[in-house]
Amino acid sequence: MALLQINEPGETAAPHQHKLAVGIDLGTTNSLVASVRSGEVQTLPDVNGEHLLPSIVRYVEGGVEVGTSAREKSIDDPLNTIVSVKRLMGRGVSDLKTLGNNLPYKFSESDSAVPRIITCNGNVSATEVSAEILKSLKRRAIETLGGDLEGVVITVPAYFDDAQRQATKDAARLADLKVLRLLNEPTAAAVAYGLDTGQEGVIVIYDLGGGTFDVSVLCLKRGVFEVLSTGGDSALGGDDFDHAIAEWIIEESGYKNDPQASLARLLMNESRRAKEALSDSAEINIEINRSDFKWSGVLTRSKLRELIEPLIKKTIMACRRSLRDADVTTDDILQVVMVGGSTRALDVRKMVGEFFQREPLVNIDPDRVVAVGAALQADVLAGNKPDDEMLLLDVIPLSLGIETMGGLAEKIVYRNTPIPVAKAQDFTTYKDGQTAMAVHVVQGERELVADCRSLAHFELRGFPPHVAGAARIRVTYQVDADGLLSVSAREENSGVEASVTVKPSYGLEDSEIETMLRDSMDYAEEDMKSRSLREQQVEADRVIEALDSALNADGDELLSKQERQTIDEARQELINAKTSDDSGVIKAAIKSLEKVCDDYVARRMNSNIQKAMQGHSVDEYISQDQE
Amino acid sequence: MAITLTEPAAERVKSFLENRGKGVGLRLGVKTMGCSGMGYVIEFVDEINADDEVFEDHGVKVIVDKKSLVYIDGTELDYTKDGLNEGFQFRNPNEEGQCGCGESFTV
Repeated sequence: MALLQINEPGETAAPHQHKLAVGIDLGTTNSLVASVRSGEVQTLPDVNGEHLLPSIVRYVEGGVEVGTSAREKSIDDPLNTIVSVKRLMGRGVSDLKTLGNNLPYKFSESDSAVPRIITCNGNVSATEVSAEILKSLKRRAIETLGGDLEGVVITVPAYFDDAQRQATKDAARLADLKVLRLLNEPTAAAVAYGLDTGQEGVIVIYDLGGGTFDVSVLCLKRGVFEVLSTGGDSALGGDDFDHAIAEWIIEESGYKNDPQASLARLLMNESRRAKEALSDSAEINIEINRSDFKWSGVLTRSKLRELIEPLIKKTIMACRRSLRDADVTTDDILQVVMVGGSTRALDVRKMVGEFFQREPLVNIDPDRVVAVGAALQADVLAGNKPDDEMLLLDVIPLSLGIETMGGLAEKIVYRNTPIPVAKAQDFTTYKDGQTAMAVHVVQGERELVADCRSLAHFELRGFPPHVAGAARIRVTYQVDADGLLSVSAREENSGVEASVTVKPSYGLEDSEIETMLRDSMDYAEEDMKSRSLREQQVEADRVIEALDSALNADGDELLSKQERQTIDEARQELINAKTSDDSGVIKAAIKSLEKVCDDYVARRMNSNIQKAMQGHSVDEYISQDQE
Repeated sequence: MAITLTEPAAERVKSFLENRGKGVGLRLGVKTMGCSGMGYVIEFVDEINADDEVFEDHGVKVIVDKKSLVYIDGTELDYTKDGLNEGFQFRNPNEEGQCGCGESFTV
């Protein structure tokens, strides 16, 4: 028996041709799937009527449990029950050190760059764990919609980098889902509120979920969303509220030991319950009765506020930075949209309202609003609304650049450039006869490569040798609508090409993007100095290189001993100056070397011209001129 | 004869129309397509055409073009649930056979 949905006029598809598409909010704490049916967006519930699927996966002998049943076991079986796996997406082994203290899992000591969690059912990566969550949502969607899915739109935090986006796509591939697009979460929230059809202006999306905080400043212009700036903290969320409450309970109880994994989980669960209850009542009793831990007490609203206020203040700081990045003030803002379950906390609403000086939008369930927007976008992308002109512009979260001589990061695509985008820049060779060039793709705001995130390396080989500076190598950066990057390099004279699609380079340094952004401000002056120092060092090397090759060619011929000595001395001075960390000193040494070489350079030019003209009559040049 | 709606179907149609914000009623019809001859059409209606028949039941306008009417006259439209799935179902007395999945039919 087929159950039918109402279509738009003229859009009825042939049987078996329905384009079923869903939006998936793959969250840190909870995940959701939503779809447009009979012109209405709905999040899809499971058999028990639950819309939220806890993003928790438990590995058991020969099987996998996802969601509520996994959460129930999380206290008794913490090592096999993976929570908040989104935080590990696209992370490398070396990143775990910064995260590791809060994670109860055992990681395998493998050489692979991708960390694998040891479970009773084998070792699993974050991508595989996420795929289990996606599979569960996919099953639900297929049962509810009564057919196979044409494709999905999955939302990701606006500042997920390329590695994290790729990991998310990989998870979808493992779950056998076709990703129509990865959509930034704030953009999805704005779409859900229908702000795309509303008044033009600046919209702020404040998204405080279980594990992450994002703030995005969007601008609606002529029906198009531009992301002016994004910011936040990828390790701050409602879980941290729970953590603060749990710490308070431990402190109050006088418990001295480090709590075991299962006790810690229990305390976190109790804390969450208490926090949620305080949105409705003024105080709540907490009672914990275990053989190793007994405590009961009362948590009041004012105590809760005291505990979480420092955390909320951190989010407000990030809001302020994002407004500054976007170059807008609170007066410019039209709407503030609240997203994420943690925005139910009354203190959060209050403090956000105070900062932005306006009442935030809360009427769509903050847990579902992102999935709703994703479903609307999926419906458009699957082709169910061909006339729709909803065009969403997303931006590059962090600038994409290339390493140049001296370890400098030359930015090619700037942060906040709307995607899709393609940008090209010409580079040249540094040495005579050079036939290959290494391309190192980096992402970040800092001036030195060492401070940015390395995304990919590749080499352009086998172009014909030229004198330094004569080869023309065009490097093109292309970012598709999903934010995935491909880079190609082409030597224009010979047509030699090489390219790379940026695959996740898990395992490389991954300081938090938030930190990276802040550092780029904090170290701006330092960066400027080190950039100009490196530039002068590179210039010094170039000058010496050029001088040496000239001296080899005709130094003895054109210079007296005396002159040669003066030049050698100036050359040595520059070599000494190069080790200085003052770019001015190097610059001065380059200048003085160039000065003593002036005569020599003039003589070389004359001699070269003479050589070139030897054996030709003046008439030849005159006739050439006349042609 | 006429086309009718069950009460649950009418309620759903009303709420979908309200949510959509425009539209005068619901179009039912058939198209020659699918693995078993014909498929049902169920769409929102923004404009009623000259050759349309309009029925009204439970406060919902049901619009059917004359060509389709011969295949579905007497149909009652229902709204039912089947596990997690829910949607509209044609109870069509003219229908003689369905394809395995029920998405298309013969008369």
